[in-house]
Amino acid sequence: MNSLDLHSAAYAQAVALKRRQLVLGLLVLLVCVLLSGHIAEISYSKFFDNIGAFSSYISRIVHLENGQSVLSDPAEWFWGWKKWLALMGETLLMAYVGTLLGATAALGLCFLASKNVTANTTVVFATRRLLEFSRTVPEMVFALIFVVAFSLGPLPGILALAIHSTGALGKLFAEVVENIDMKPVDGVVSTGGSWLHKVRFAVLPQVASNFASYALLRFEINVRGAAVLGFVGAGGIGQTLLEVIRKFYYADVSALLVMIIATVMLIDALTERVRHKLLGQERNS
Amino acid sequence: MSATDNSLTHAYPVAQRQDALRAQHAALFMPIYESHWRAIIWFILAMALFIYGLMSLGLTFARLYGGIGELGSMVMRMLPPDPGRFNAYLYAMLETLAIALLGTLAAAIVAFPLGFLAARNTTLNRLVQFMARRSFDTLRGVDILIWALIWINVVGLGPFAGVLALFMADLGIFGKLFSEAIEAADDKPVEGVLSTGGTSLASVRFGVLPQLMPVMLSQMLYQFESNTRSASIIGIVGAGGIGLILSEQIRTLELQQMSFVILMILVTVSVIDFFCSKIRFSIIGKRAH
Repeated sequence: MNSLDLHSAAYAQAVALKRRQLVLGLLVLLVCVLLSGHIAEISYSKFFDNIGAFSSYISRIVHLENGQSVLSDPAEWFWGWKKWLALMGETLLMAYVGTLLGATAALGLCFLASKNVTANTTVVFATRRLLEFSRTVPEMVFALIFVVAFSLGPLPGILALAIHSTGALGKLFAEVVENIDMKPVDGVVSTGGSWLHKVRFAVLPQVASNFASYALLRFEINVRGAAVLGFVGAGGIGQTLLEVIRKFYYADVSALLVMIIATVMLIDALTERVRHKLLGQERNS
Repeated sequence: MSATDNSLTHAYPVAQRQDALRAQHAALFMPIYESHWRAIIWFILAMALFIYGLMSLGLTFARLYGGIGELGSMVMRMLPPDPGRFNAYLYAMLETLAIALLGTLAAAIVAFPLGFLAARNTTLNRLVQFMARRSFDTLRGVDILIWALIWINVVGLGPFAGVLALFMADLGIFGKLFSEAIEAADDKPVEGVLSTGGTSLASVRFGVLPQLMPVMLSQMLYQFESNTRSASIIGIVGAGGIGLILSEQIRTLELQQMSFVILMILVTVSVIDFFCSKIRFSIIGKRAH
């Protein structure tokens, strides 16, 4: 047997092993899918019987009550624009306040969750678990609980957004802090600075622009979140959206959806510009 | 320069040294309201908006205080967690996972061919690409809970509506991610296959797919993780999964059972995250962040 044969034999063996793994993986996946299909009550007949209903639903939401296309009479389509715009404003404000509260809390906690700034491992561990808990519980679940404790309205929604943002931002912030240059920190410590001096003068200047950029990203996400928090009664435009969907006010559904999507896209574009500017500033400095 | 520094630190009395330093680094010694006035104005505006938000949204101290008292008593009533109807919870959790798996998989399968249409280098023409991209944007712009409400109108309450809701939202996400992966794929392996006499099918199979598969699989795993979280809340609007049980429990104030269900969600999500990162690790061969 020459070396070429040896190589090709080894190659064939390796390929056969990979194939076996692939087939095995696909089989496991197939079993999971079949089980899931059974559990999730997938029914092709229901789907294909009703797929017409979906397209007719879509076509109904883009037609006014008089049967005309919504585009034919935008004034009639957006008949409630004053009310809706106010609700959209409330949604944005909820996202803003929630993000700011969450970012502030995350700013306070992230230094305690960073090994290089906080020496006490117990504090680091406890802070990290706290952040993990607040970002793993979905904000809808927080909202459900807070609606009972704080009664209906934007307040429970804001708190839900704030807690979830604290968890998500706290983790990101802590990662940024753990990647800083330690020389300024050593400098402040060597001149006898306290923990607070260290954070204020050595850490914060290095991380501020990254923090702001992450907070803006979170604001984007929270705008989307705030738009549906109303489904559980936690304020914003979601409550009205739920109503018009449940009561089959078709044209209103599309009007509200267009409004939400447009607002989200606008916010995305704006924050992206600001973030580029912030990160550009950091590179220049 | 070093000579000057030396003289600055040693030869002169303190006051003179400070004056010299001030003269050298004028920008650093400027009062903060002069050097950072833009930032200060932005900060004041941001705070004003924040305070306006607090007031107009009814975030008063009294309400907050009362609510926190109520919340504290709720948390006390949540403890200890009570497994209650454990089998029903377990089944609902399985239903949640089933919804997440089917939604992710179906969306990935449909998004795969559509991704080629939305990628700059493989699309039919610019119009098709533009339309595909905008369609994905729209699908993504509508929240999963909204899709769930719409599909409930079509196929009725239950997990099937949840699967379809995740499918719609994921189609938008995968369409975008897959088309970006296709655009990022390197041409050289394709040229290599063609230069050895391979057919164009072979060039896709051996030149393009090996580049795409790991990226796409890892994106699918990420999405499955995220869908497990989403699928556990879509039940709140009636689209199956454990969210239905959660919203019933909060309505009837079965708080001990509710805290058990929340813990169950947390554990399941962590387990899924753990296994997904294991699988991703074995596919990509390195820990992806």
